[in-house]
Amino acid sequence: MSETRLQSFCRSPVVWPLAGILLLVLVNLVHDRSTAFLQVTVTDGHLYGTLVDILNQGSRCMLVALGMTLVIAVSGVDLSVGSLMAVGAAVAAVLLAREAHSVALAMTAALAATALAGLASGLLVTWVRVQPIVATLILMVVGRGVAQLITDGNVIIIQRAGFEFLGNGYLLGLPFSTVLVVALYLGAQVVLRRSAAGLFIEAAGDNETASRFAGLAVGRVKCLAYMTSGLCAGLAGLLAASNIRAADTLRGGENMELDAIFAVVVGGTALTGGRFSLLGSLVGALLLQTLTVTMYNLGVPPAVAPVPKALLIIGVCLLQSEKSRRWLGGLWSARKAA
Amino acid sequence: MKASIRRRLPLLVTAGTFVVLFVTAGIMYDGFFSSRVFVNLFTDTASTGVAAVGMTLVIFSGGIDLSVGAVIGFTSILMATLVEKHGVHPAVAATAALALGAGLGAFMGMLIQVFRQPPFLVTLAGMFLARGGAWWISTESTEIKHPLLVGLSGFAWEPGGGLRLPTTALVLVAALAAGYVLAHHTRFGRNLLAIGGNEQSALLMGLPVAATKIWVYTLNGACAALAGLVAVIYSGSGNPSQGIGLELDAIAVVVIGGTLLSGGRGHMLGTLFGILIFGTIQSALLFDGRLGSAWLRIVVGLLLLGFILLQRLMLGRADRRS
Amino acid sequence: MTEPLLAMRGIGKRFPGVVALNGVDFSVRAGEIHALLGENGAGKSTLIKVLTGVYAPDAGEILLNGRRVAPASPKEAEACGISTVYQEVNLVPSLSIAENIMLGRQPGRAGLLNWRALRRRARAALARLEIECDVEAELGSLSVALQQMVAIARALDLQARLLVLDEPTASLDEKEVADLFAIMRRLRGEGLGIVFVTHFLEQVYAVTDRLTVLRNGELVGEHTTAGLSRLALVSQMLGREVTAEIAAPGVAAAKGEKKSAPPLLAARGLARRGAIQGLDLELHCGEVTGLAGLLGSGRTETARLLFGIDRADAGELRVRGTLTRLRSPREAARLGFAFCSEDRKIEGIFPNLSVRENLIFALQAKQGAWRVLGRAEQVQLTEHYIAALRIKTPGPETPIRNLSGGNQQKVLLARWLATQPELIILDEPTRGIDIGAKAEIEQIIAKLRADGLAVLFISSEIEEVVHNSTRVVVLRERRRVAEFTGGDITAGRLMSAMAGGHVESKRQDSE
Repeated sequence: MSETRLQSFCRSPVVWPLAGILLLVLVNLVHDRSTAFLQVTVTDGHLYGTLVDILNQGSRCMLVALGMTLVIAVSGVDLSVGSLMAVGAAVAAVLLAREAHSVALAMTAALAATALAGLASGLLVTWVRVQPIVATLILMVVGRGVAQLITDGNVIIIQRAGFEFLGNGYLLGLPFSTVLVVALYLGAQVVLRRSAAGLFIEAAGDNETASRFAGLAVGRVKCLAYMTSGLCAGLAGLLAASNIRAADTLRGGENMELDAIFAVVVGGTALTGGRFSLLGSLVGALLLQTLTVTMYNLGVPPAVAPVPKALLIIGVCLLQSEKSRRWLGGLWSARKAA
Repeated sequence: MKASIRRRLPLLVTAGTFVVLFVTAGIMYDGFFSSRVFVNLFTDTASTGVAAVGMTLVIFSGGIDLSVGAVIGFTSILMATLVEKHGVHPAVAATAALALGAGLGAFMGMLIQVFRQPPFLVTLAGMFLARGGAWWISTESTEIKHPLLVGLSGFAWEPGGGLRLPTTALVLVAALAAGYVLAHHTRFGRNLLAIGGNEQSALLMGLPVAATKIWVYTLNGACAALAGLVAVIYSGSGNPSQGIGLELDAIAVVVIGGTLLSGGRGHMLGTLFGILIFGTIQSALLFDGRLGSAWLRIVVGLLLLGFILLQRLMLGRADRRS
Repeated sequence: MTEPLLAMRGIGKRFPGVVALNGVDFSVRAGEIHALLGENGAGKSTLIKVLTGVYAPDAGEILLNGRRVAPASPKEAEACGISTVYQEVNLVPSLSIAENIMLGRQPGRAGLLNWRALRRRARAALARLEIECDVEAELGSLSVALQQMVAIARALDLQARLLVLDEPTASLDEKEVADLFAIMRRLRGEGLGIVFVTHFLEQVYAVTDRLTVLRNGELVGEHTTAGLSRLALVSQMLGREVTAEIAAPGVAAAKGEKKSAPPLLAARGLARRGAIQGLDLELHCGEVTGLAGLLGSGRTETARLLFGIDRADAGELRVRGTLTRLRSPREAARLGFAFCSEDRKIEGIFPNLSVRENLIFALQAKQGAWRVLGRAEQVQLTEHYIAALRIKTPGPETPIRNLSGGNQQKVLLARWLATQPELIILDEPTRGIDIGAKAEIEQIIAKLRADGLAVLFISSEIEEVVHNSTRVVVLRERRRVAEFTGGDITAGRLMSAMAGGHVESKRQDSE
């Protein structure tokens, strides 16, 4: 018996966050009593509209969630991503603003710094065998401090046309940051699924002992996952800095670790590791951004936005927990029997 | 008694670190060696310190609570709003704040224990809830004018010898004392350590594992709320953004105090020294003036790393022995 | 006869799909040490768990001093006077000795602990075992043997009348075992009943008064220890008549082939503390070497050493004549080794990954991330092995957790066969799978041998070892004790070697 396309789509991890987004869009439409929310206009060949804004503003979280997905897939977690965003922004800002280095050099240096920080987390987890939360917590604390040290605690203004394009430019009518995220997603998908890296990551997360016994260098796989996460965070930091044309090391990337973890969990990758879905994480990140925009649209002050986020994540976790599954399963079979 | 010395080794290392740091700072900066500076180690870290007491108990049990900073912010603005805008008596407002903190803690403890969710995730969500709630009440800070609270802010106990112990320092000392008794002289405290050391064994020994775990998060929620009250008295205002990132400082203080982050091993006296170390670094940076607050984070982070590596080293030796 | 201290009557316990215990009687007298014996799956641990309140029995009753008890938790069992010490010491290593003895029942007043009284009571509990140590020392700093003693002290402080020792000697050395026995004898003198679970027959004869043997969830017999010979005991445990000499005709023809080629693998004095002592072993291509021995004799430990999972403390290992140090399974796999673990769930399968992914994993890991097996190649490989090993699966993309145990085992076998190994180590490949699948796996083993692989075959079913091996090495109590080849491989000889002691097989046979 082969499944229909619809059936397999329904079981895909993307369905639930996608349904959530649709629900939120519906809430907006009903609240506005107009279709303004869905309207997309074209000016100077660029797309404008709320949906485009969601894509643009959500791109940073999407990017960080990509890296976080891999770390969570190998049964880890990376709390340092917010701080690493600040580090990336700080390194680039100092190189760009204080000395007249090229944009390419500044970006390379920034990404190298955050990738190294990711590697440090990975080594702490695999070599020293510190729990992932603790290892990345250290990087989180120290990283923020180093970022502030680099910029002397000041907000550094960046005015370089090439750099500004990153977070504000348009390509093919779409915000460049969105295009970048989509391109990276596709690239990652090709690398992970065409090589055996994706399989190794899933195996290491699904059963670490078994993968070691089957001859896999588990430590190396984990380190690479943490490095990728650092790299993604650094790039997200550059996007953020470019978007506001400044590097804010105190607040930049704040709470990003939470948003990214939420996006990954909502996107169907279990915190226990194993099977992962990059697409699910991207849609999860979009769901969070849509939620933020919806709150704003409903007149809820932006400061309150964490509350619905928290409720959402608690709800998703409870739904995924074994206990409630058993309860729900019981209800289901009871109904079938009746 | 070689064995008992070995058991206390982490504590001795921490105490030694404090003495070295304090003496070094005293040599480097004029006027550092004074009773005023020493008392300020308690006064300036009171909020973090009270939160660290609760955090110590949670970490004993092998858990972690990332929501404490947000609960401090929530308590701070709740207190100020209730007292200043709604004319509620401070005692009533404080009771309400403590109850809410404990309630949130109990809720998180239940999610962790009953639904088997990882503590860091549940308390991250709790952090969002509390911080969002704080900003919901008000995004602006509110000055405290109620005479009772202003009085508490200005009050100091002077036991003589030129010592002046302000309210916040007294609360911290009281919290530490209560935490010490709870951790080391009650079954509850010992059960926490047993659960953190080996939860399976604790169950087979017939200890009340589930109740103890839910209680410790409840207690920690109340502790965080108390830390929020201390922050109100210390700063003389209620601020919803109070305590951002404080959970990390609290965790660092606990670990620097020699308590094992994976649970099962630690001492409340270590937390006292952790607070003193944290306070010394803070004061020294203030005395120096050239170094920004960024250094506080870096030094605390590196100390955290150093102590974790030290723990691994000592544990690694124990592992090999058995 | 006086009324026994403990009488369990007609105990039955079934789990979904398995009857773990079926009408088992078990009784222990006050002032005796009673051994509970049986191989894997015999029902020992289930019986202990029923006794200590972990499981509720489906049938039967438990009488303690003639009074009916039905403990619903370990705590209730302790309150009745039944205390248990497990193999894995169930204490808290980071706390002090005194606390470990007193946790949950510390003396105190008004909620505050009285540390002085606590230490005094802990010291008294240890003094009963004639142990003197600093009760403030951390438990984790003690040897496993002393931790075991502390666990016994904790159990006794509960006013225990029946003490259950569940494999307490598994990780102790000889001197430590002797100390433990001295304590057990003293407690017996005090009138305690002691249930002693162990795999070491020497220890059964050294310390116990009576013994009960279980097999496949049923009671086989209750005997006085002195009245039962070792060989008779082993044959009861394994469920084979001692006189029966089985040799499979099909394999026997192939046995005894001489080969002049150097061994693929040769171990000299390979040792690891707590695992195996000074092992000599040669594995040849085109041979199935059986590793026989009772549970706990060091079979799995040997396999782990040979596959680089654990590192040897002493001895040397030569692979194709070259001195080699194995440091990880990865290195072993590169040398052309393969290892199917006895613990499929924890050490074998990736439960949520597909049959295809599970099957090609070892080969892919050997090749690295970039020399990728194409999708078509993977599917072809998977389908080849599904057909060749007759793996029953809805398809190559089914998650492996949905397959039956036997089919999971075949996938794991295929995982390693795909790497085209020269040596394959099979640790209990037939455990927990149905009879049809067993026969198929035996056929596969024969084919591997014919194809020129070296096979190390580990099984607790003696008949299987005899059937499948061209050479058998017998281990007992972590030592190699005998080796048989060709026609010498018979169930009787293997059992005698496994049982050890001064057995004269002729006299036993005529009994």
